[in-house]
Formats: sequence, C-alpha cells, structure tokens
Amino acid sequence: MKAVVIDMPPHEVALAGRDRTLLHWLSTVDHKEIGILYLLSALLFFAIGGVEALLLRTQLAVPNNHFLSPEAYDQIFTMHGITMIFFVMMPALLGLTVYLIPLMIGANEMAFPRLNAFSFWITFFGGLLLYFSFAAGGAPDAGWFNYAPLNQLHYSYSHGIDFYGMGLLLAGVGSMTTAANLVVTVLTMRVKGMTLKKLPLFVWMALVNGFLIVAAIPCLNAALVMLLLDRLLQAHFFNTTSGGSALLWQHFFWLFGHPEVYILILPAFGIYSEVFQVFSQKKIFGYTLIAASTVTIALLSFGVWVHHMFAAGLGKTVNSFFAASSMLIGVPTGIKIFNWIGTMYGGRIRFTVSMMFAIAFLIEFTIGGLSGIAFSIVPIDLQLTDSYFVVAHLHYVLLGGSLFGLFSALFYWFPKISGRLLNEKLGRWFFWLFVAGFNLTFFLQHILGIVGMSRRVYTYAPIKWYTLLNLLSTAGAYLMAIASAILVYNIFKTLRTPRMENKDPWNAMTLEWYADSPPAERNFVDIPVVESRTPLWDIKNKQKNNSD
Amino acid sequence: MQSKMMVKIVIGSEAMFFLCLIVAYLSFWKSGNFQPQIADHLHVKLTGLFTLCLIASSFTFWRAEHNQKQGEQKSSVRWLIATIALGIIFLFGQGREYFNLIKENVTVNRNVFGSAFYTLTGFHGLHVLIGIVVLVIILLISGKEYFGILPVAVFKSVGMYWHFVDAVWIIVFTTIYLLPYLI
Repeated sequence: MKAVVIDMPPHEVALAGRDRTLLHWLSTVDHKEIGILYLLSALLFFAIGGVEALLLRTQLAVPNNHFLSPEAYDQIFTMHGITMIFFVMMPALLGLTVYLIPLMIGANEMAFPRLNAFSFWITFFGGLLLYFSFAAGGAPDAGWFNYAPLNQLHYSYSHGIDFYGMGLLLAGVGSMTTAANLVVTVLTMRVKGMTLKKLPLFVWMALVNGFLIVAAIPCLNAALVMLLLDRLLQAHFFNTTSGGSALLWQHFFWLFGHPEVYILILPAFGIYSEVFQVFSQKKIFGYTLIAASTVTIALLSFGVWVHHMFAAGLGKTVNSFFAASSMLIGVPTGIKIFNWIGTMYGGRIRFTVSMMFAIAFLIEFTIGGLSGIAFSIVPIDLQLTDSYFVVAHLHYVLLGGSLFGLFSALFYWFPKISGRLLNEKLGRWFFWLFVAGFNLTFFLQHILGIVGMSRRVYTYAPIKWYTLLNLLSTAGAYLMAIASAILVYNIFKTLRTPRMENKDPWNAMTLEWYADSPPAERNFVDIPVVESRTPLWDIKNKQKNNSD
Repeated sequence: MQSKMMVKIVIGSEAMFFLCLIVAYLSFWKSGNFQPQIADHLHVKLTGLFTLCLIASSFTFWRAEHNQKQGEQKSSVRWLIATIALGIIFLFGQGREYFNLIKENVTVNRNVFGSAFYTLTGFHGLHVLIGIVVLVIILLISGKEYFGILPVAVFKSVGMYWHFVDAVWIIVFTTIYLLPYLI
C-alpha cells in the first residue's frame, strides 16, 4: 500500500539547492526542516531565557544585593517566564510534533505545508518583536501573567506591555495554525490500516493537544486584544477606576492559562509513552486508559482555572467547586504514571540517557504534582500562594515534566533527525549535573516558600534561612548552566562525526524508524498496511520470517 | 475534505474568541449601566433591517453554491455578486451606526459600554470584511474560465465561514440590541 503522496509541482530550476543555503532554509515548506527550525529557535531562546534565570539567581544569591536594580529585575523575571513558556517549550514541543507526526502516521507531508512554514515564522517573529521591547523603552515588567491594574497604562507607562500583547498575539496565531494543521493531518493522512485505536501514543497526545490549543489560545487572544485597547485607545475593560474589572483579566488569562500548562505537558506525556516502550522493549501497559485519560484531562482543564485565583476573594462556594475539580484533575495524570511504571515492569530495560530522563521524570513530576495538589486545598493555598512554594511547584512540573521530556526526546530521536547517536558518556554527565542542579535549586524553594519568602521580590533582608537557601538555590542554577553547556557541546561534537549505517538503533516499533535516518526529502515510497500498534516490529518480524 | 476540516477548526477557535468578547460585554451589563445607554443611542429597528440583509446574504450564498454544484457557472456568479453586495450593505449599515454614535459622543474610550460595544461589533465587522475579501477572490476565480471550476470543497469551506459570520451576528445582535427587551 502506498503512503499518502503529495504531488509537488516539478521545478526546472530548483528554488534553492540541496546544499542547504540560507534561501533554502528561509523558504522551506518541508515539515522536517520546519521542525528543525522550531528546535533551533527554541534552543536560541533557551539560552536567552537561561541567561535571564542566571541573572535573577545571581541577584538573589545574597541579601540586599544590588546587582540588578528593581526595575531591571522586574523586566528580567517577566521575560524569563514569557520566553521559557512561549518561545522555548511551546515551539520545541510543537516543532518536534511537526517533525514526527507525518513520519509516525506514514505520510509524506503535513496537510498544509505552507501554513506550517507560516506558523513557524510568525512565532519566531513574535519572539523578536517581544525582545525588541528592550530597545524600545523597556521590556514588559508585570510578570508573565501580567495582572490588571498593573498592566494598565497608568501604572506601566513604558511600551513593554504593548510589545507583550503584540508578541504573544503573533505567537498565539502561530500555535493555533500549527495545532489546526496537526489535527487535520492526523485525521486525514494516516496510512492504510492505522485506525485511531492503533495510533502511536505520541500522535494521540498531539491530536488532543491540537484541540486544546485551538480552544485555549483564543481566550488569551481576547484578553490581549482588550488589554491593547485599554492601553492604546483608552478603553475601560480592566481599569477599575473607570468602571472596568481587574478581576476579568484574571478570569480570561487563567481560562487560557490552565489549559496552557496541559498544552505544555501533553506532548511530553507522548514522548514518555514512546520512550518507556522502546527502552523496556515492551508494549505500553494500558494503551486505552492512557488515551482516554488524556481526553479527560483536556476536557477537565477548562474547569479548574479559578485555582489560580483562590486568594482573589471569590467566596467559599466558588472556591469549593474549583478545589474539588482541581483535585479531580490529578486522577487522570496519576493513572498515566502507573501505566508507565507498568510498562517498565517485566521489560528488558536499557538505561540510555533518554530512559534516564524518563525515569527521573516519574519522580520529579510526581513531586511537582504533589505540591500542586497541595494547592487545591484552599487554606494551604491561601498561605502559600505567591510564595516560593509556587515557584518550586511550577519548575518541578515544567522542568521535571516538559523539559525532561524534551531532553529524553532529544537523545531518543537525535539519530532519526541527524543520523548520528549523541554521545552517551557526555549525556550522562549532562543528566547527573542537570538533575543535581535542578533539585538543588528548586527543592529548597519549597522550604523558602513555607518559611515565608514571597515570589517576585528583587531582594530580601538577611532573615534566618533565607540567605543559605537562596545561595544554595543559586548554586544549583549555575550547575544547570554548566550541564546545558555540556549538552550543546555534545550536539555540536556529534554533528561532526560521520553518519551511522543503522537507521533503527533502538529497535523501535513505530513507523518513523522505517524511514531513513535522516529521512529522505520524500519520507516513504511505500509502507505495508498497518495491522497493530507496533507496525515496525511487525515489518521486522515479516522480514525475518521471509529470510528464514 | 481537508480544507473543510481546517475551516471547521478555525471556526471553532473564532467561536471561542467571540464567546470571550460576549462574556466580557455581559459581565459589565449591570455595573456599566448599559440599558439606558442602549435605549438612548442604538437604533434597533434600522440595525435589524441590516441584519436581515446579512441573513439574506447567507441565503444567496447557498443558492450560489447550489448552482455551482449543478455546473451553472453564470447563475452561480450572479448569486455570488448578490452575496457580496448584501455583505457590503451590512457593513455600510454598521458604519452608519458607528457614525451616529460617534456624533453622540459614544466612543470606545468614553465608558465601559463604549469599549465593550465597539470591540464586540468591531471584531464582527472585521470578520465580515475578511469574508467579503474572500468572496471577491472566489468571484474573480469563478468568473475566469482560465482557472477552471473551483473545487466543491473550497466553495463549501468559504460558505461555512460566511454562515458562521452570520450566526455570530445573530447572537451578537440579540445580546446587544435585543437583550433590553428580553430581560
């Protein structure tokens, strides 16, 4: 059975040669190259966001520090948050998805290749526009969730927040078009035999995530549009002195913001589902439960947003409802954790760096999840909200969950994308240094939060415990920086080695490994009909039986 | 098939966007004292007439699509021109309403009513404008034999968008103009 073929018009003279000139990369509509562009762009912004983090931690290393002024500190922590979420994690995860989805479903392209290219470039431009704010009077400085009335012109008169609004509107359009493109691709371009029940779990997560993005980002767009109208045309949406409602901003932002965190984690769940199977050499335990619980999470994610607003004074009834729904949403995620452990049980486990990050995720994300569920108990939330306990929680789930997923994916799919295996020894140095630094920085912040340190403060008095915990936390940040440098060195060093012969080094079971490593411009010439959830194992078994 | 699915997804996302704008409008109904301002400044009957024009444009587009499927290019083009004309008449009506309001000093920055009203109707008008641009494009393509017959799926997709814009207006019109009479 033939794979889905896109008819490309013949060129007498190629637009840009196969020798990877600048024009070729600027004009490409090939989903694999666009995926790589997303990953490279994410790497650039990761370096910038990381430098911002180091600046913050350096300022907080000792009490009464004046390394950064309060104004600079506010801009840097705001930009750190915006960068990491919107210009590192989302592009990296979406880029990986755009690279892998056609390969995993046996297609040769995405449904709308030019829209795919547009999505990348508008996201990238949104990031550039946001960073232009530094040169235009100051970056946004009201935090990544930018509450009213601080976001109003009266209180924030530099143009930073205008750039925040415009940059995020552009990035949001990019995410939405990618998501729609992915949904149409998955629903209409699967190779014959691949029913929805036989989809690789990474593809399932991408499909559900696509719907989530398309439903959640418009809420952010509405909020940003109203904010820009307030600031540029003196409208009154969030201006409390003239009849507006500051609370309305919180509602709209978190209506987007909570599904957003699931948007950040679902692709990672997909990555882990693939990694656990391959490195236990065992089919996933409880495929249906994982797929079904993902749909449940997506639906429930729109019913919990007020848990970011327990301290806003909405009253006991409202708080109780959202406390209950927030406790409920922990259940589908917990189901998945047990399914992944069940996948490992009885399998032949290979402790590659990719698998090490996946196992570390199980522990770190559970810690993050437990601190999160603690917040669903309203009295605890009222004590710990806006303290370093929240900072600890969010970094445990975002780094321990999403970022470790990216690292795991990097080590797993690097041979697919580049035809070379990343160095495992350097990878292990990277893993242990990063995990050590990560836990050092953020575990201590749970304690900092409990002893009362507020978040988003540019300095602190030499109160007991604050000094030591902050200093150690900063040390951990530098450890993570060193580890990241080792990773970048690993990537560049590996790219200089010659390509390997074996296109399927891990003995994987999904179709992307059937294509060459790296895949040719046209992914597949023909693929057999898919008969199970492990199509590549079926192909390899048939080949073995034929040759016997 | 893919273009229809894509348009449905885009319509879904736009529906969420308009839902948020409508919720914002409604949240200020009491505190922003909307009712007297609507009674003083908005022309319900006239806008209702222009609403009928927009609804008629959905009907004319449906006829255009039907004729195109039967292969009757000339009739299809005529119904398409009628759709565009009715869309432009609707936008003219919106412009007239805006002009009168600004003369009476109801602007986007005057108070919460102004902000919410102009945002909700303005984004709707923008979507009508985009729809008209797309309709003109398919009119030009349909009119020239060089381009051949437009695929049915494309015509259907454009139709879905146009009907969506019409449906949103019915909801927005009810929310802004008719709500005082309903509650």
